[in-house]
Order: sequence, then structure tokens, then C-alpha cells
Amino acid sequence: MANTATTASPPVGRKGTGFAVVTHQTLRFIRRYPLGAVGAFFVLLLIAAAAVPWAFTPLESQDPLNQSIADRLQGPSTAHWFGTDELGRDLYSRIIYGARTSIVIGFGVVLIAKLLAVTFGTVSGYYGGKFDSLFQRIIDIGIAIPGLVFIIIVVQALATRLPSIGGLQPDILAIIISVAVLSSTSSSRTIRGVALSLREEQYVEAARALGARDRRIMTRHIVPNLTAVVIVAASLQVGGAVLLESSLSFLGYGVQPPAPSWGRMLNDARSQLTKAPHLAIFPGLAVFITVFSFNMLGDALRDKLDPRLRGSN
Amino acid sequence: MQKYILRRLLLMVPTMFGLTLLVFVMLRLLPGDIVTVIQGEFGSADKATRDAILKDFQLDEAVPIQYVKWVGRMVRFDLGKSLISGRSVQDELSTRVPVTLELGLLALLFNISVGIPIGILSAIRQNSAVDYAGRTLAVGLLAAPGFWIALIIISMAGRYFQWAVPSTTYVSLFEDPFRNLKLLLVPAMILGGAGSGGVMRFTRTAMLEVLRQDYIRTAWSKGLQERTVILRHALKNALIPVVTVIGLSIPGLVGGAVIIEQVYSIPGVGRYYLSAVNTHDLPIVQAVNVMTSLVVVFANLAVDITYSWLNPRIRYS
Repeated sequence: MANTATTASPPVGRKGTGFAVVTHQTLRFIRRYPLGAVGAFFVLLLIAAAAVPWAFTPLESQDPLNQSIADRLQGPSTAHWFGTDELGRDLYSRIIYGARTSIVIGFGVVLIAKLLAVTFGTVSGYYGGKFDSLFQRIIDIGIAIPGLVFIIIVVQALATRLPSIGGLQPDILAIIISVAVLSSTSSSRTIRGVALSLREEQYVEAARALGARDRRIMTRHIVPNLTAVVIVAASLQVGGAVLLESSLSFLGYGVQPPAPSWGRMLNDARSQLTKAPHLAIFPGLAVFITVFSFNMLGDALRDKLDPRLRGSN
Repeated sequence: MQKYILRRLLLMVPTMFGLTLLVFVMLRLLPGDIVTVIQGEFGSADKATRDAILKDFQLDEAVPIQYVKWVGRMVRFDLGKSLISGRSVQDELSTRVPVTLELGLLALLFNISVGIPIGILSAIRQNSAVDYAGRTLAVGLLAAPGFWIALIIISMAGRYFQWAVPSTTYVSLFEDPFRNLKLLLVPAMILGGAGSGGVMRFTRTAMLEVLRQDYIRTAWSKGLQERTVILRHALKNALIPVVTVIGLSIPGLVGGAVIIEQVYSIPGVGRYYLSAVNTHDLPIVQAVNVMTSLVVVFANLAVDITYSWLNPRIRYS
């Protein structure tokens, strides 16, 4: 028996095959960062709900558009898990269908913001000099802008002037662009700081001595070393963008119908607060869980990717 | 240091120019204008009436000329007149700024007085039940939208205590403190609570770092009381990074005030600002944008100055 055990071929999932490594690392991440794993789980769930919302609404009563005045303002039941709204629409399915709006805005904002921040931050920090000081004055303006107060105007101004691209409503595009550009200013300053210190590293000097051009040094030696900083900040920023979108939509300046939005649902709930509190509770809970999950994931990623920051805040 | 402050103040000038220009252009890109607002109230106007209204408000000139004229008035501290009420912007804002200022300061007070003690407690009882409760509260506060909490409080209070948002008009704190706080206390707590999550986390981290230092061990071994070690020795140094978070939370407070004033019908600048945006009352919108960005800019400067003041190792040049 002992003999067969030693000579038998190792189990299928042995170390080295791609799938096993991924499983192994995933399990280790879950063990080391349980809260981060919970966050990651909810993030995946949200992405799934954004991609295929109908898969999450199995019942026939769960139709986000179907109005039924007879069933209006009902509390939670087996047919309507989260109750119904003023027009008798099923709240649960409306929240599920709203995930797409939040996810698209959250990821869209962070993707564009990080792209801008890395590009300008790296170039500005690496070259320094006149371009840097001029560019930093523009960044100063971005940092002085009073977030929500200013964005309310910009979103309105852009929304009527943008076409709809890739099936996205102009107002959603306007939110993505304005929030992304604004938040890229302060993160580009952080990245500039890192790029400034990386510029002095010996391996950059070595690359320069070997005759590497500036562009190669930036793309091959500086940007790869920014990955940890960027990924960690990005994960935390998605939550911030989702929160800002819900605030804008709550005030009526954000996502416009027909696109479903949690912030708008919360605004609609205001007229029925005492009669139907479930209308205020569930959409807010959706925002809360989303932001919470991205924050937890971000915290865990920071601990994992950037050991210098481990345990900070 | 004085040189540094002077340079920072000088750098604010181009920043404010850029910012006001940006606001100016964005406002002129908004769909509709003051004429469409007036038309909505008094029926349609023909081209001649429209031109006359725009001329009356001096909105018929080219945008660059409008901007230059506006800057010219700004430097003489003339903010112009509200297009809707015809009263000067100063008059309109002078009744509303104190309301928002009080709301903001109460919120900041609540933020600090809740955030710092819980952060300290979390740090000195690290990995205890108290610590876990504190940390959970902190991350929860960071993720919960303030207006959501406000809505839940309003709905629950209405359902179970028959309590409605007080429709009392605003009275100054010095005139009738009870009525004033009845209107502002709950909104201020919600507004401050949102930021206190960050303060808790920062205080905890900073405390943990300081508590591991040698001079704290010395203080313990001298036989000092826990109270003295924590409050006199550790807290002083731990507060340095916390000051930064508090200062950096001020822009968020401004945005939060806009929302919370709307939810609780508080007659402050934020609520007025939203109605001015809706009615295309451009002088008001411009003035509020200038005001709030000055708050942000000076808050940032104040953070940097206190930072070097609290930590003499940091010297700006």
C-alpha cells in the first residue's frame, strides 16, 4: 500500500498546472484576507448581476418594468422579495437591473481616471522642468474644485452635448467623463510623486546608460512599478465613484430614466417614507454593500500588493 | 515658513482664475438659460423679448467679455445681483452662509469627538471585541451614503414616534438655541458621521504606530498611569496624520451639506445653490462655486501649515 502511494502519479491538481495554481492562490487569499474575500465575492456577484440581470430574477413577478397599480407600495413578500414601488413595480428586480448602471459608472470612471493619471503623472514626474510646473498648476485647479457642487453643472452641460456611445445614455457618459477627469487630477499628483522617486532609482540610471530612450524607460521601468499603487487606489476609487453617482442621482442631476439607478430610487422613496420605508431601505442597502465590498477588496489588495502600507488605516 | 505661505497664496491666484473660467464656460453650456426659465412662468417670448431680457441681464455679450467684466467686479468684491430676486448676491448669501457654516462646524465637531475617542479605544485594546466593533463601525460609516441614513431615520421616526422633519424656520443659535439645534443637530450628526469613519481608522493606525515606539515604553516603565501615557505622550504624536484627514474631509463636507440640506429642507447655501442651478441664476451659482473652492483651497493650505507646525521635522521651503 505504502509503495503505491509513493509511486502513484500525483493528483491532477498538482502544483504547476495553471488551474491548480489559481485555485491554490485563491484559497490562500481567502484564508489570509477573509474580509477581502467576502468583498471580492460580492464584487463578482455584482458584475454577474450587471452582465446578466435576468439570471437573478427567476420569478415571473420579478419584472423591473411591469406596472401593476393594484400591487403598489406592498411590503416584502414571496412574490416581491423587496416589495413594490409607487407604480407597483417589483423593487428587487429594479435593484438587480440597477447594478449595471452602478458597475458601468464605477469601473468606467476608474478606468479612465487611472489611464489619465498614469499617463500624465508619469510624464510630468519623469521629465520635470517647465512642463511639470505648468502641468501641476492645471492639477491645482482640479484639486481646488469643490467636487459635488461643480459636477452638478458639468454633468448637465455635457449630457445634452454627448451622443450615446456603445448603448450608454449620454448622461451616464457625462457622469463617467466628468468624475473621471476630476478624480484623475489628485491621483496623477500621487503618481507623479512615485514617478519622481523612481526616476532616481539605479535601474533607471542603468537603463539610461545602456542608451534606452525616455519612452522605453517610462513604459518598461516606471509604469510597471506603479502597478501596486494603481490597483490598490483603483479598487478603493470604484466605491467612491458609486457613492458619488448615487448622490448625484439622488439629487436628480445624475442618471436619468429609463436607465435604473439606485440613487434615483432613493429619491423616489422620499415621498413615501412613512408609508413604505422598504423603498428607502433596499436601494440604499445595495449602494452600501457595493461600496463596502469594493473597500474591503481594496484593503486586502493593499495589504497583499503593497507591504509598505500594511496595516495603515 | 512665511515665504512658503506667501508662495502658496500667490499660487492661488492663477488657480482661482482657471477655476472661475471653467465654471463660467460650463454654465454657458447648460441646456436652456434664464429666458427659458422666465418663459416657463410667463408664457413664450418672441425673439425681440428674448434679446431684450438677455440684454437686460448683460448676457448678450460675448462670453470672454462677460468673464472679464465679472472678474473686474469680483476683485472689487461685487458679486452682482441675483437674476431671479434682483437682490445683491451678498444679501442673498448673508442669511444662508451662517446656516451652512453652523451645520458644517457642528458636523466637524461631531466627527472629531466621535472619531478620535473610538480610534484611540480601538488601538489601545487592539484585537479585542471593542476593537472589532470600532473597526466595523468605521468601515460601515465609510460605505453608507449619508442621505440613506437620513432617509431611514426620517422614515423610522415617522413610523414609530410620529416624528416629522421639523418645519420650523431657521433661527440663530444665539437667539433660540433649542429651536436651532432641533433643526440642525440630527443633520449635523449624519453629516459628521460620514467622515468620522475615516478619522477612526486613521487615529487607530497612527496610535498603534506611536504605541510601539521606545519613548512610550519608557513612559510605561516609569510607572506612569495608562491615562497619562495614552493622552499625554501617545496622542500628541498620533494626532499629526489625523489632522490631515480632518482637513481633507472638508471638501466632502461641502458636498455632503448640499445633500443633507436638501433632505432636511435646511435653508442653507447648498439648498439655495441647487435652486439657483435649476433657475439659471448664474451670479449665484458662480459666487457659490468661488466660495466653496476658496474653502477647499484654504483648508488644504491650513492642513499643510498645521502639519509642519505639529511636526517640526517637516520644513517647507
